[in-house]
Amino acid sequence: MPILTLITFLPIIGALFILSIDSKRSELIRVTALLVSIVVFFISLPLYVTFDAHTYEMQFVEKLQWIPSFGIHYHVGIDGISLFLILLTTFITPISILASWHIVRHVKEYMIAMLVLETGMIGVFISLDLFLFYVFWELMLIPMYLLIGIWGGPRRIYAAVKFFIYTMAGSVFMLLAIIALYFLNHKATGEYTFNLLEFYRLDLSFAVQFWLFLAFAFAFAIKVPMFPFHTWLPDAHVEAPTAGSVILAGVLLKMGTYGFVRFCLPMFPEASHAFIPVISWMAIVGIIYGALVAMVQDDMKKLVAYSSVSHLGFVMLGIFAFNIQGIEGGITQMINHGLSTGRSSL
Amino acid sequence: MLNLVALILLFPLLGAAVNGLIGKRLQKEHVGYLACGVIGLSFLVSLLVFCGLLLLPPAERLFEKEVFCWIESGSFKSVVGLQVDPLSTLMILVVTGVGFLIHIYSIGYMHQDKGYHRYFSYLNLFTFSMLLLVLSNNFLLMFIGWEAVGLCSYLLIGFWFEKKSASNAAKKAFVVNRVGDFGFALGIMLIFLTFHSIDFTEVLSAASHGHFEAGSFTITIITLLLFMGATGKSAQIPLYTWLPDAMEGPTPVSALIHAATMVTAGVYMIVRCNALYMLSPFTMTVVASIGAVTALFAASVGLVQNDIKRVLAYSTISQLGYMFLACGVGAFTAGVFHLMTHAFFKALLFLGSGSVIHALSGEQDMRKMGGLRHHIPTTYKTFLIGTVAIAGIPPFAGFFSKDEILLESLTRGNFIYWSMGALAAFFTAFYMFRLLFMTFHGKSRLDHHAAEHLHESPRNMTLPLTVLAGLSLFGGFLGIPGASAIQHFLSPVLGGHGHTEISGAASGGHHGAGLPYLMMVVSTAIALGGIFLAYYLYIKKPELPKKLAERFRLIYKLLLNKYYVDEIYDVLFVNTTKKISAQILWKFVDVKMIDGSVNGIARLVRGFGNVLRLLQTGYIRNYAFYIVLGCIFVVVLAVFGK
Repeated sequence: MPILTLITFLPIIGALFILSIDSKRSELIRVTALLVSIVVFFISLPLYVTFDAHTYEMQFVEKLQWIPSFGIHYHVGIDGISLFLILLTTFITPISILASWHIVRHVKEYMIAMLVLETGMIGVFISLDLFLFYVFWELMLIPMYLLIGIWGGPRRIYAAVKFFIYTMAGSVFMLLAIIALYFLNHKATGEYTFNLLEFYRLDLSFAVQFWLFLAFAFAFAIKVPMFPFHTWLPDAHVEAPTAGSVILAGVLLKMGTYGFVRFCLPMFPEASHAFIPVISWMAIVGIIYGALVAMVQDDMKKLVAYSSVSHLGFVMLGIFAFNIQGIEGGITQMINHGLSTGRSSL
Repeated sequence: MLNLVALILLFPLLGAAVNGLIGKRLQKEHVGYLACGVIGLSFLVSLLVFCGLLLLPPAERLFEKEVFCWIESGSFKSVVGLQVDPLSTLMILVVTGVGFLIHIYSIGYMHQDKGYHRYFSYLNLFTFSMLLLVLSNNFLLMFIGWEAVGLCSYLLIGFWFEKKSASNAAKKAFVVNRVGDFGFALGIMLIFLTFHSIDFTEVLSAASHGHFEAGSFTITIITLLLFMGATGKSAQIPLYTWLPDAMEGPTPVSALIHAATMVTAGVYMIVRCNALYMLSPFTMTVVASIGAVTALFAASVGLVQNDIKRVLAYSTISQLGYMFLACGVGAFTAGVFHLMTHAFFKALLFLGSGSVIHALSGEQDMRKMGGLRHHIPTTYKTFLIGTVAIAGIPPFAGFFSKDEILLESLTRGNFIYWSMGALAAFFTAFYMFRLLFMTFHGKSRLDHHAAEHLHESPRNMTLPLTVLAGLSLFGGFLGIPGASAIQHFLSPVLGGHGHTEISGAASGGHHGAGLPYLMMVVSTAIALGGIFLAYYLYIKKPELPKKLAERFRLIYKLLLNKYYVDEIYDVLFVNTTKKISAQILWKFVDVKMIDGSVNGIARLVRGFGNVLRLLQTGYIRNYAFYIVLGCIFVVVLAVFGK
């Protein structure tokens, strides 16, 4: 059974279904959205149960041709890193939907946005094709933008635009780097593909690694957010509706750190190694700086936002400690932070 | 029998869970019985474990039980494992025994409180955490217990969180403790880096088998970091400021957490790591000096306080100072012995003061007490026993332990340690009897309301008092010089006779046979002197203290305001950090610099766009104008370009 495809696209199918419900029947819409997300959660559980912890290879792999002329595949699969982040996502979404029961304005649109967001988030964690990954990465932005911009607080437009443009600024560079990898791979192997696992095998010169790492790292550092790219977070956090904050802090911030572990480290090992001092210092400054600033906030959501800056700094520090304990610790901290901050946002 | 050890932990945890989850729906009585019952069971199992340990030959008295493997990552491994040895057994007996009595007392003390089940749930959880702390067989698990008792302490200090002062005190306790914990955590990491293990047995045997030279730099840093943790939890200079404020919690909590058990965790940790500390003479000096200074410093503040619980709080800090002094000079047994007797008499004193406060409907100011001995006789009698015990009059418990510490500080340490300890002992006798006289003797200074409701506490409160009084009376006989049962019992953990020499330091343990007896006489005389002074000032000439306070205004003010340490800390650390964070980091760096440049870029782009927009206005006339301009440009270029 293609579990991954199922959990990825079930939410968006649910969203399509909600589209057909009369927007006046808000109770039905809420229940439908909740049911869909709960079903997704239960479908995702077998992933954990049947997961084979004894191999580093990708599991539950599905691979289909998508745009053959460009060598683009629908290629998904998970390993231990993504497994828990997926479970985190499927767990937090129903909670967020439940937490938005009080939303009365545009319930239909709200729930559709939530479900599309879930599809985007899960998609990011399972993609093994960089093109596919990029599609999901951007797909996720739109509903979040709408959630902040429509159902947010008084300064929602400013916050939403800031969130959107900030993240876009980063992902543009990432897109360039992806395309560069695509051509570099062709040069090396004569094959056009966006397959991540192929990219892992590429032997890139240090200079190339350096620039590509920078492009990817920029996108991810904004998403984490690492000091000093963090200023979109307090605004987005404060203005987002509660459920939006939960997802923002709980899952969205993990995309950045996940990106580092999944893409930067294995694809550009030498460049990553060279960047250890820079990233570590940014992480350390972020930890202390975030904590100090969080300490003097009066607004609870801002406090959570700055504490996220601090905690994600720990994750980054762990990842760039470059040993098993560090990376395992980083991933565990991602999950812990997802749960605890999600809770504090509620 | 030793296999039962996990049950000791399980019972309080169950109690905490049941009371915490469904306590609201249970009957009040059941909540109390359940909470006491689980601790009682724990105590019984602890006794069984103790017997099981006694049945083993002394050299084999170490039992480890691995419950499950918790973290395994690379070369790092941490198990949830329990360790039964004489030291941990002694601790669990004290924790469950004294804890049980305090739980019973709480039924009476808290019976009117609306957070009854919440209170007992926290108290059970605390007992669980404390037991975890002392039973763990590795540093990390101990750290978990360490943090968990800190959390419970926070919850219980802030138990009446509607009161601003209580919630502030809770926050203060938590934050100050975190400073120490920071050092402790770093110490554990350094231990892992140095020893590649965090298991007590492995680390300590590596340390004691000479893989490291005495005075090695790494070991000194490790031990200092661990000691930093201890100063936080055990309220030593410079991190003691939270303890007096912690008196905002319910009184049984002060007795259990802030006198008998949690605050001794630091002492326990140092004794547990004695093999490490032995390797660092420098750290030992630091420990002993801080202990001695704290003992004297806190005792001097205790001299003039008027709040009955605050006097006891400063007394606790001072007594903990003694324990560290003992550890610092290498007399670990004496430290543990004092830890135990202190648990008895200080719990008794706190519960007694709770009984007084209960009788006076919440009054804590000693200036509004007096003459209570006829009204609450049981409380008075037991309190008297506790006071005599802490003052150090033979044959009460406090005498033996304190005397041993003073003796050791002289023979292994130096005259300065001894004189500081002796002066603190004089102060102790004075402030404790001052407290006794002001509260129970003399004329009644009660206000009308309190006098009307004056009543002796119910049986479930006086019974624990009586038992603890018995322990304070006879507990000292466990450590009679020459035939010390406790020293014999602890010797497998502390090596030799529990009096290991500090490596590198001159051996000073050999003293003449007459010295211990001489010291006993001297310390008794010191205690009697303190008592007499208190008697003279507060019974004979009650008008004299005021005159003295007038005469030595400056000193009095200094002591009354606790040397202004809180204020100094506020200015130096709290406000400065706040100001830097708010004004510089947040308002300037974050908002102005970083966000400013982000928005600046956005404005730049927009401004640029605005200029470019002029090219595409959609008006035909503009386009026509640009065409004309272009034509002129081309013509000009054609004409003058050559």
